[in-house]
Amino acid sequence: MTQVAEPEAKRWVGGGILRKEDPELLTGQGRYVDDLVLPGMQWMAFARSPVAHANLTSVDVSAAQGMPGVTAVFTGQDLAGDWAAGMPCAWPIGDRVMPDEPTADARIPDHWPVAKDRVRYQGEIVAVVVADSREHAADAVSEVQVDYEELPVITDMEAALRDDAPVIHEAFGSNRAYTWTLANGEVDRVFDDAPVVVKERYYHPRLIPNAIEPRGVVVQPIPSQGEVTIWSATQIPHILKTLMALVMNIHEAKIRVIAPDVGGGFGSKLNFYAEEAAAVAVARRLGVPVKWIEERSEAYLATIHGRDVIQDMEVAATEEGKLLGARVKLHADFGAYLQLVTPGIPLLGAFLYHGVYDCQAYKFECTGVFTNKTPTDAYRGAGRPEATYAIERIMDALARRVGKDPAEIRELNFIPPFSEPREVASGLQFDSGNYQATLDKAKELVGYDELRREQQASGGRRDGKLLGVGISTYIEICGLAPSQVLAALKYGAGGWDAATIRCHPTGKVTVVTGTSPHGQGHVTTWSQIAADALGVDPDDIEVLHGDTAISPIGMDTYGSRSLAVGGTALYKAAEKIRAKARTIAAHELEVAEEDLDWKDGKFQVAGAPDKAKTIPEIAFSAWTAHALPADVEPGLFASAVYDPPNFTFPAGAHICVVEVDPDTGLTRIVKYVAVDDCGNIINPMIVDGQVHGGVAQGIAEAMYEEAIYDENGTLLTGNMLSYRVPSAAELPTFTLDRTVTPSPTNPMGVKGIGEAGTIASPPAVVNAVADALRPLGVEFIDLPVSAERVWRAIQAAEGGQG
Amino acid sequence: MRRIACTVNGVRREAEVEPRLLLVYFLRETLGLTGTNVGCDTTSCGACTVLLNGKSVKSCNVLAVQADGAEITTIEGLAGGDGQLHPLQEAFRQHHGLQCGYCTPGMIMAGLGLIQSGAGMSDAEVRLGLEGNLCRCTGYQNIVTAIQDAAGKMQAAPAGVQGGSE
Repeated sequence: MTQVAEPEAKRWVGGGILRKEDPELLTGQGRYVDDLVLPGMQWMAFARSPVAHANLTSVDVSAAQGMPGVTAVFTGQDLAGDWAAGMPCAWPIGDRVMPDEPTADARIPDHWPVAKDRVRYQGEIVAVVVADSREHAADAVSEVQVDYEELPVITDMEAALRDDAPVIHEAFGSNRAYTWTLANGEVDRVFDDAPVVVKERYYHPRLIPNAIEPRGVVVQPIPSQGEVTIWSATQIPHILKTLMALVMNIHEAKIRVIAPDVGGGFGSKLNFYAEEAAAVAVARRLGVPVKWIEERSEAYLATIHGRDVIQDMEVAATEEGKLLGARVKLHADFGAYLQLVTPGIPLLGAFLYHGVYDCQAYKFECTGVFTNKTPTDAYRGAGRPEATYAIERIMDALARRVGKDPAEIRELNFIPPFSEPREVASGLQFDSGNYQATLDKAKELVGYDELRREQQASGGRRDGKLLGVGISTYIEICGLAPSQVLAALKYGAGGWDAATIRCHPTGKVTVVTGTSPHGQGHVTTWSQIAADALGVDPDDIEVLHGDTAISPIGMDTYGSRSLAVGGTALYKAAEKIRAKARTIAAHELEVAEEDLDWKDGKFQVAGAPDKAKTIPEIAFSAWTAHALPADVEPGLFASAVYDPPNFTFPAGAHICVVEVDPDTGLTRIVKYVAVDDCGNIINPMIVDGQVHGGVAQGIAEAMYEEAIYDENGTLLTGNMLSYRVPSAAELPTFTLDRTVTPSPTNPMGVKGIGEAGTIASPPAVVNAVADALRPLGVEFIDLPVSAERVWRAIQAAEGGQG
Repeated sequence: MRRIACTVNGVRREAEVEPRLLLVYFLRETLGLTGTNVGCDTTSCGACTVLLNGKSVKSCNVLAVQADGAEITTIEGLAGGDGQLHPLQEAFRQHHGLQCGYCTPGMIMAGLGLIQSGAGMSDAEVRLGLEGNLCRCTGYQNIVTAIQDAAGKMQAAPAGVQGGSE
């Protein structure tokens, strides 16, 4: 087939069409896992350890078995033979002390869906109850009698590394999971010689994801066929299918995973969970459908947590504040076990600790640590919020040290605008960027110079409150991921994605995607892409996803990858459709293929535009196959698998303005400006929505949320009353704008936007609060800048009792 | 077991229920009205909000037996019989007030309760009025805008917008 350049008509792409997903969701017709009821279905509930570290000396289920409605109760010993493999960790990172050294074997602890003889965190499953109703299952859980021989508990990640710390996984001899280093340039020499070195220590709190839909799973076995269908509130139906095949030793063809409507994920549903494996085991044993719906307080223990990282961050600079090097040492609290991608989370930030700034020398070192807490794993941003927080906080510290304004220090150090890939200090190739443009726009929108003048004139006061302004000029790594880069980082899978287009004889089009949306609006966005690429109306396109029987090939949705990878696969599949359609159209119109222009959504004969064929017309001819050209197969179907050659690098500038009440410590965000650059945009309404939600989650992280354990490993913030997810009343109205620097990595020039807000906003908020408090003599404040913490900082600075 | 009778979305429903059955599970599991969702176990998230005798309540915090004799409106009762979205549903769609959709039914019912209570519709008033409903996707901004927009439209055309139970 002849390759002909086809100018892209963009009728739908770039427009804010309303979401096709909405009518069902707005009328209560959404279908979430908990809405599913199957004939003969039994309910599962889990007995969980109330203690953080103990040997199980006995698990007595006899009383539970006698409770009303109870079908069966299983202990970890009962189910030990059901697992062909333990809980999978797909990112096995071992020690690497020098960047050019091979990575040592990873320390992956034994981890079973139901504990066999020891529990290592509060909430670990010790028994599975199956009963005829939700209530009966819950009643019987409280009758499971377990003798716990308690062991010493370690919850502090630095203390866990001391020689005298209790060891959680004895086989490893210590609680260190790995130490992994990345370095570029003569880092130590640069720091030794630099006239200015600034060092700060940040603690990024442990966070609880809180998708509003808790997790849930329904498993229907077909015993005679050896098949199982799994409905799960998951972001990763494809990955879950493969892993379940390994853990349960079932042929992949006999597992069907369905992610129905999924009520948010934020990384927490990017995992392989014990309850999913237990549900398959129990359903197969009993030969009946089983269902489990997580309770919220249960989720606080049983669903992965995020962050929990100590960062010792340093920058070296000239006396003028020109950056020479960045060096960071992390301690990452992994909790008691390694979940699906736990060890890899710090590596997602490992390349970003110099932010959008030029420097020569770079070093990242991370030590992962086991503690007696819920495992940590991906939470919106995953590694990149930590990196962004560290560099954006320390740029403010550097500005103070060299006597410059925070905007000025950034402008002095920005990587200059570039549109083709450019190697940066951490060794990555950033795709394209114009950081000064985003900051200029944000400064203008917020009235930056006026705000600084107001602070100067008033001594930082406004109506009795302390006025603070904070900047974050962030960058993120998205479009996960080039498979070869993943290989170098020891990730256990590829980073490609897939799409299929079927053009039907009716003129309608089916798009099948390997991504698995849970609120991001892929059905709408993918329809816009396909509509322009095929010259059809978005309403004539059905987008199918989230069911491995319908969409067998894919890598799912996380890491702001779906558009840049899965959307590009769709774009490439559409190119194949158009190429085949061109051949058929040329044949039917009796012209050479080169004489056809793809214009206004159809193939037109050059110079005779009334002679034209549309894709639906050609789809019909291809289906009847009555008069196809030689060597052309019937049907107008195409698939594409796309492995990105590079990541994408969205960036932007966020500026937060706060007023802090000096008497109560209460902070009010009075203005929040976000200028984001995610490359070209398919649906601006959806992009803005992603920014809103991301910024809100980042503000929550900055001001409200922190999971706190006591020294016994008991989660003190164990429910939605004690862990503060902010409501509308706590959050401001955001002012959004954007710049557009297309990515050269993919043909649509897109970068991704799902995590940007969460990555950008925490340092903007904390820098603003720190700025507000500085006139009172507060030298340092860290996450979360809750009213209590701010009040205590003010009290301490004023010599009070705080 | 206790026998209760109530009117749900304009239809009289009777059932034998366990005294401990929560209204939300009565709606979801006894009546099959699964639009009302459950997001927590501490009455914090508001995903289960419905109208009980015209006022928004969290249906996880009401026993089914307490709803005996009551009029209840759920998300399924808002759109017209012809599928015409209620002005509040339409406003959520127009302003992109939902993403994953899980908090949406509760958010819409809470918004409807707020509008019908005659509360002011400034940003601050709407935000305070929604304090009991959590959304993790939208950052609330478009939800607030949608409720303000719908309130204006409902005021302009008050007839027939009170929900299916009226």
